[in-house]
Amino acid sequence: MFDSLSEGLQSAFKSLSGKGKLTEGNMRDGLKIVEQSLLESDVSYSVVKEFMAHVSEKALGKRVLLSLRPHEELVRIVHEELIETLGPVDPSLHLKADRPTVLMLCGLQGSGKTTTCGKLTQMLREQQIEPLLVAADLQRPAAIEQLKIIGEQLGVPVHTETDHQDPVKVCQNGVDRARRDGNRVVILDTAGRLAIDEELMAQLKRIDKKVGPDQVYLVVDGMTGQDAVNSAGAFNDALELDGVVMTKLDGDARGGALLSVKQVTGVPIKFIGTGERFDALEPFRPEGMAGRILQMGDMVAAAREAHRIVDESERESLEEKMASGQFSLDDFKNLMQKVAQPGLMGRMMGMMPGMSQFKEALDSEEAGGQMKQIIGAINSMTPAERKNPKLIDAARRTRIAAGAGVQSSSITQLIKQFDTMKPIMQMMSGKGGGDRMAMLRQLQSGAMPGMGGGGAKIKQSTGKRLSPAEREKQRKEREKLKRKMKRKRR
Amino acid sequence: MAFWRSKTAPSQPESGETPPAEDQAGQGGMFTKFSSGLQKTRRVLGTDIRDLFKSEGRLVDEEFLDELFARLIRTDMGTGPANKIRDEVAKQYRGRVVQLEEVVATITTEIREQLRQDHGGLAKADSGPTVILVVGVNGSGKTTSIGKLANHLRSGGHSLVLGAGDTFRAAAVEQLTIWAGRIGCEIVTGKSGADPASVAFQCVDKAMETGADYAIIDTAGRLQTQSNLMQELQKIRKVIDKRLPGAPHEVLLVLDATAGQNAISQAKGFSAAAACTGIVLAKLDGSAKGGVVLPIHEQFQLPVKFVGLGEGLDDMAAFDPDSFAEALFQN
Repeated sequence: MFDSLSEGLQSAFKSLSGKGKLTEGNMRDGLKIVEQSLLESDVSYSVVKEFMAHVSEKALGKRVLLSLRPHEELVRIVHEELIETLGPVDPSLHLKADRPTVLMLCGLQGSGKTTTCGKLTQMLREQQIEPLLVAADLQRPAAIEQLKIIGEQLGVPVHTETDHQDPVKVCQNGVDRARRDGNRVVILDTAGRLAIDEELMAQLKRIDKKVGPDQVYLVVDGMTGQDAVNSAGAFNDALELDGVVMTKLDGDARGGALLSVKQVTGVPIKFIGTGERFDALEPFRPEGMAGRILQMGDMVAAAREAHRIVDESERESLEEKMASGQFSLDDFKNLMQKVAQPGLMGRMMGMMPGMSQFKEALDSEEAGGQMKQIIGAINSMTPAERKNPKLIDAARRTRIAAGAGVQSSSITQLIKQFDTMKPIMQMMSGKGGGDRMAMLRQLQSGAMPGMGGGGAKIKQSTGKRLSPAEREKQRKEREKLKRKMKRKRR
Repeated sequence: MAFWRSKTAPSQPESGETPPAEDQAGQGGMFTKFSSGLQKTRRVLGTDIRDLFKSEGRLVDEEFLDELFARLIRTDMGTGPANKIRDEVAKQYRGRVVQLEEVVATITTEIREQLRQDHGGLAKADSGPTVILVVGVNGSGKTTSIGKLANHLRSGGHSLVLGAGDTFRAAAVEQLTIWAGRIGCEIVTGKSGADPASVAFQCVDKAMETGADYAIIDTAGRLQTQSNLMQELQKIRKVIDKRLPGAPHEVLLVLDATAGQNAISQAKGFSAAAACTGIVLAKLDGSAKGGVVLPIHEQFQLPVKFVGLGEGLDDMAAFDPDSFAEALFQN
């Protein structure tokens, strides 16, 4: 279930199986792979070293060395250690009851401070709190304008002073205005600055001293590399940080910098930004982030997304149908329609462990068109055909194809896909977590029907059966590749 | 990964073969800028590869190599290239007591060689305006880089038109308009939410009409994983080509120097969608080294054309592999 890291570890430990016991020396090879994986995810070097010291201590204990699947055990240790380091969580803004709470956002240029301002506003609006936004970025051209527009879009007041050159004054005036107007929260949007820019860091200190924000959040770009320790350290030295917001985690960045920031600042990670829309701000979950850093996917996020699309009762009846094998083309169509929104399937696949490879295929417009075709084809079937696709003979196939405006081969294709899917769904819904993971793995290894092809032309991977000899050959090639990759990594 | 291309790594810097920097008149000043921008970086880090060596030389052992590896990793070059360099150093020097100049020279030479590129300057259209499309992820510094690039071209005596193609982010159009005003050049804008392709089209149109030398088109920040937005880039390209066949002549990917290994994915995604021709490495005036351009150059043959060194109009320099390679490790 643990993608690339696990694969690397497996190959590292593979050479030992059958040759005798796992030793400390062997384990060190495994630890080396973990270390490289963390470095690849942009955790800063010094932080990796410190982190690995903890992990090594645990990994070299008897329990791991004696366990049957040492690589899984090691991944588990790393995962747990990551969760522990990244936690504990504290998504509260600690609002004051008697006076306006002042939140200050700071960070490097382009880390996403102003957008985060909008997202925090949206979150507060959902709690019926109207914050006052203060445009304290007097550096970047049109930064004030940007915050103004965001304020308009969200219907909250924005304090701007175009004639002032001193952000300290602007912030003070903004807080005064909030007190007068009775806003419960003030959000200060400061200018982006380099941590080594002494002048601007001094300015930030002045704001901190004169305005005395209740909560100071460091906004960190999710794609940050090794420099995270330096910049976070400098901000932490200059200000008393209360929390961290990591942005731009809707892409494929592994976000290892968050571990660096956490290690350096020690303050809780509050939220993560997962999109451009104002509602794309999530409370931080160390489990999800740990999975992301280790490239294990985030099952919780995927499940949450799935829950959002299909409501509880529907889901239960669907699962029941799947488990009993009653799942019909009609249900298939319903499900398809739900997930046919552009980008949604791709997003979910991206969150599923090991499924990220399908993300691109599913995200494309082609896939969307394909889904429409499938829905159209099912619509052209009679209720009886939908319940029992076996009824569909050549004549019926021609009729359905004509009705849906596709070639009859597409109908054959669809039915084949459905046939392959059905037993998988049955197994997935009927079994426990472990078996589901095994199924997922099977899916990854190529049983995913019809992905990536365009519309009616999809011909490949319609459940091509391989002979045992072929399969063995493929397996050997895979192993070879793995060994090669391992060698490269050295 | 063939980061270490030359199998027989020369231990002496090939000073004789160092390519002359493609220097044009006035660029000497920019190199000075480059150095002064990087000066800040060094002051803060305070440490560099020389710290690994005592003046009398040091034994190259496992501990030495680990320290070296740490320094390499800190440049954001990634584990692949760092491992290669480490191995190479181990092969050449293990068990020996080395002088600092020796090892530094080797690494710097290798990196410089890696970054050696055919041409550092901007492509120029044979006739008509040269169209430059600027792409990148959110907050990488596209609009600021365009302002600086435009200023650079303008002060070189060229006429140009800017296209405010970021119709998505609030006030992005205003931001570029302010830059245009400061530089004193034409700008084509669309309404917020307008089709960026139409803005691009109009921008090229305007440049052709007015006989401008350059048209620089801004785009909204997007993540390389957002396939619909990446398709939008393809459309923008297509539309530009329709108006002026052969354009855009340059597609510049703006990378944040503080970015880590994800920049490789960015280079891959944007190259696939928009056929990038070069990189602008922004925000190199901070403590980040931007070493990720090494694997990017290696994997996608994308040359770095410019580096951003601050927020002012003049804070941009032509990329120079020599100073970049030196700056990674040296004082």
